Amino acid sequence: MQHQPGPPMAFYVVQFLTGLASAASLFLVASGLSIIFGVTRIVNFAHGAFYMIGAYIAFTLTERLSGTFGFWGGIVIAALAVAVIGVIVEMVLLRRIYHAPELFQLLATFGLTLMVEDLVVLIWGPDDLVGRRAPGFKGAIDFFGQNIPSYDLFLIVLSPVVLGILWLLFQRTRWGVLVRAATQDRDMVAALGVNQKWLFTSVFAVGVFLAALGGALQIPRDAVHHAMDLRIIVEVFVVVVIGGLGSIIGAFVAAVLVSELNAFGILIFPKISIILVFLVMAAVLIVRPWGLFGRPEAPARKTPGLTVNPWRPLTSNERLAALATLVIAATLPLFAGNYALTVGSEIAISVIFAVSLHFLMSVGGLASFGHAAYFGLGAYGVAFLAKMAGLPMIVCLLLGPLLGCMGAAVFGFFAVQLSGVYFAMLTLAFAQIVWSIAFQWVSVTGGDNGILGVWPASWAASPSHFYWLSLGIAALVTIALRAMVFSPFGYALRATRDSVLRSEAVGINAKRIQWTAFVIAGTTAGIGGALFAYLKGSVFPDNLGISLSVDALVMVLLGGVETVSGAVIGAIVYKALNIWLVSQTDLSKLVLGGFIVLIVVVFPKGIVGMLEMLAQRRRKASPPGSPLLAKPIESAE
Amino acid sequence: MRAKNYFVGAAFALLASGMAHSALAQDIKIGEINSYSLLPAFTEPYRKGWQLAVEEINAAGGINGKKLVVISKDDSGKPADAQTAANELVSSEGVAMLTGTFLSNIGLAVSDFANQKKVFFLAAEPLTDAITWSKGNKYTFRLRPSNYMQAAMLVEAASKLPAKRWATIAPNYEYGQSAVAVFKKLMSEKRPDIQWVDEQWPPQGKIDAGPVVQAVAAANPEAILNVTFGADLVKLVREGNTRGLFKGREVVSFLTGEPEYLDPLKEETPEGWIVTGYPWYSIKTPEHDAFLKAYQAKYNDYPRLGSIVGYQTIKSAAAILAKANSTDPEKLIAAAEGLSMPSPLGEITFRKIDHQSTLGAYVGKTALKDGKGVMVDSSYKKGADYLPSDAEVEKLRPKD
Repeated sequence: MQHQPGPPMAFYVVQFLTGLASAASLFLVASGLSIIFGVTRIVNFAHGAFYMIGAYIAFTLTERLSGTFGFWGGIVIAALAVAVIGVIVEMVLLRRIYHAPELFQLLATFGLTLMVEDLVVLIWGPDDLVGRRAPGFKGAIDFFGQNIPSYDLFLIVLSPVVLGILWLLFQRTRWGVLVRAATQDRDMVAALGVNQKWLFTSVFAVGVFLAALGGALQIPRDAVHHAMDLRIIVEVFVVVVIGGLGSIIGAFVAAVLVSELNAFGILIFPKISIILVFLVMAAVLIVRPWGLFGRPEAPARKTPGLTVNPWRPLTSNERLAALATLVIAATLPLFAGNYALTVGSEIAISVIFAVSLHFLMSVGGLASFGHAAYFGLGAYGVAFLAKMAGLPMIVCLLLGPLLGCMGAAVFGFFAVQLSGVYFAMLTLAFAQIVWSIAFQWVSVTGGDNGILGVWPASWAASPSHFYWLSLGIAALVTIALRAMVFSPFGYALRATRDSVLRSEAVGINAKRIQWTAFVIAGTTAGIGGALFAYLKGSVFPDNLGISLSVDALVMVLLGGVETVSGAVIGAIVYKALNIWLVSQTDLSKLVLGGFIVLIVVVFPKGIVGMLEMLAQRRRKASPPGSPLLAKPIESAE
Repeated sequence: MRAKNYFVGAAFALLASGMAHSALAQDIKIGEINSYSLLPAFTEPYRKGWQLAVEEINAAGGINGKKLVVISKDDSGKPADAQTAANELVSSEGVAMLTGTFLSNIGLAVSDFANQKKVFFLAAEPLTDAITWSKGNKYTFRLRPSNYMQAAMLVEAASKLPAKRWATIAPNYEYGQSAVAVFKKLMSEKRPDIQWVDEQWPPQGKIDAGPVVQAVAAANPEAILNVTFGADLVKLVREGNTRGLFKGREVVSFLTGEPEYLDPLKEETPEGWIVTGYPWYSIKTPEHDAFLKAYQAKYNDYPRLGSIVGYQTIKSAAAILAKANSTDPEKLIAAAEGLSMPSPLGEITFRKIDHQSTLGAYVGKTALKDGKGVMVDSSYKKGADYLPSDAEVEKLRPKD
């Protein structure tokens, strides 16, 4: 090959500026998310949806309104309109659930996101929409033979301006002082008599405005379509976490860091984009557990996951009832067809997956956003053993989950050093790294075309046999995890959840206990994945993907995170409904999202959590007693 | 644990819904699966296409006198969901065959399911070569021209270009990877003098177009191969136009001439790209005229390529069912192998050797006309002319 001179110096300057322009788009959206999270602690999954609606409304307005004023006016009006939608959402939906268990708001915003994805297609049609270019910023500027789009320069200037305005807002206004105070310690702010309701609403409005503005400003360079939200939401979360939650400057620096690393990374490794942000996040979190500009969270005053009803093992009557329902479930093959049985198996596998995450979340207080990694590793473990080593099914089922176990042992070690959302995001980063390996290592994993032909042995092949197998394992797993909750190990784990300091004071090695719990949960998920591989006969990177991790979270939250086995119900309801809706309607996301939002409003403690509370009330109501004494203790510390 | 009660209830509900759906016994049912919620831009016209076909078939007396019913399911863009749907269609609805799918991994998942459960499967859209070759099986047939065929059509035109320095931009997943691999291989065979100076692999759906365009420009290629489509293509074209990437460079691009991907570009459509596609406005054959007229009369809209694929999928399925005069999968396979039939793009044949249809594609150049993107100088390339020799195909495909 003949020698080619390297690109001129001007190229590197322009590439740097291009990276800055990408950073600007990211920062606008990330700043809004960071503000919202900092103050309200809501993991706002719908932030991407607001970004997308901003782009759609701006598209409509800029197509209708003519001229320069029409374009910029359209952008601003769109962002304001979406902010109003945000205010309505906050007041009607989120206000009802601020006191629900941690992360429950994630469920509500997830439901909204599902609804919006179908709604935009209903309103604006299925085609990709390409908006017009910004008046005055249509061309490019020549820089020593390299072209820089003038719109890029506009964005590069805009983002520090927005940063400056936000800075002034936070440093120079009373509202900003309150927001900063709430970010540091919102209980204290509330104790000082600040009206939290309006503070939260206004913060939400500002955050949504920034998201929608970010979306609207994409019109001159992007296509507007119904999957824009998913494309940005994860990346934005990562930027916020790298920067440090609640830190606007952190979000800015992180956006620049990520975008520049991408801009120059692709010159050396063209395939790096797919995983880069997650690599950066994992590296940053391992070195700086609170992100670049974040500060350690103030010790929680309210104990997360503290149950209104103290947990207790089932009474013998309840045990009999559970056994009876299990027996009834086992008779399904007597009257149901093959399809119902296969769906039954899939639901049983979901139960395994959900209870494994539930164990980590409710008993350990560790919410993983990347639990699908261990499910998928179990599935890949089976696929490798069955296809490459040619081992029989029973051996594969026993050994396959070990891959999930090993993954959980390695990643769990790093993850349990962190807590709260940082823990969640590190697990997400690890899951994405595993996903990208499965996706990219085509020669071993088959890439996104997956591994085919992993079908069960003849003894398990019939739908009824496979159903019994899945049901049996699901029951065993649920019982085993319940037994563990009430074992000394379970008590120790709950102690680390309720108070790390106190548990350490009584001699519990918190990190080791949590790590063990992580490995148990990962291995259990791996068992689910192993069964899933045989149920579907194939394994794809999807089995490790974000959407499966989100499904698991939704199932746990739906069942009730403060319960012992709520995830069982959550998994059954969510999975059965999901399969049924996808089969019956073209608008499954709209209906499912609406259902989730409704559940969130009606059952703010999850389905099982709410049922337990009602049962508790009835029990309390029957014997005459002091209502004061009957009032549950809400806070331990 | 109240859990199991719900469980049984849910199972009952599913069972009941399955029963409510079953049509009359003498109807012939086809199960159809596609990514309706994930890819509406393609699947909406596709659905219109197959609905038109069903209407035409039943108006002409059905299949050997029996009414044709298509039961359609969404796969949410996930292979696992597609298998659930396939299972429902086969076990619960009792369909005679499965059709559809868009994404390659979903096509492969359903094809593997079909092979395991011994069900006839006619893949509509997935482009991966694996589905008929390396992972081919006797139950699976495919309608659309494969990755290899489209690459071969483009190479025919691209190899005549004087350009020697080539760069590639493709989405980082199987489709993009194999499109680039086949194009490079065929191109280098015809033109050993070619150098591949850069390759860019943006994640599918997440291209950061500015840096990608800069990086390609820095390698200073004389020609570019593009495999991105949809929203990624829009971003790439916009950045490329603004930064002058395409000025003085030849571009060869997969699928860009399909109305689904070309129309959104509007006045930003780059001119002179060599593309595969579907110029419905300039096809003047009696078969296509008939299709176009019927489609426009029914929907008051113009067809996209998806419309053709949906229409011809069900037409092909009906032809296979009519010839077999049975719903036995083995008889369907025997009927389909070597079966020829008319299509809006001319006669096609399902090859016995690899179950690939000989449906072709149009190759032409992009142009801008009245603020809209069109394909000009286009000509139809018959699929049969762009497949490797039978000896090679036999080596590629596992023995049944």
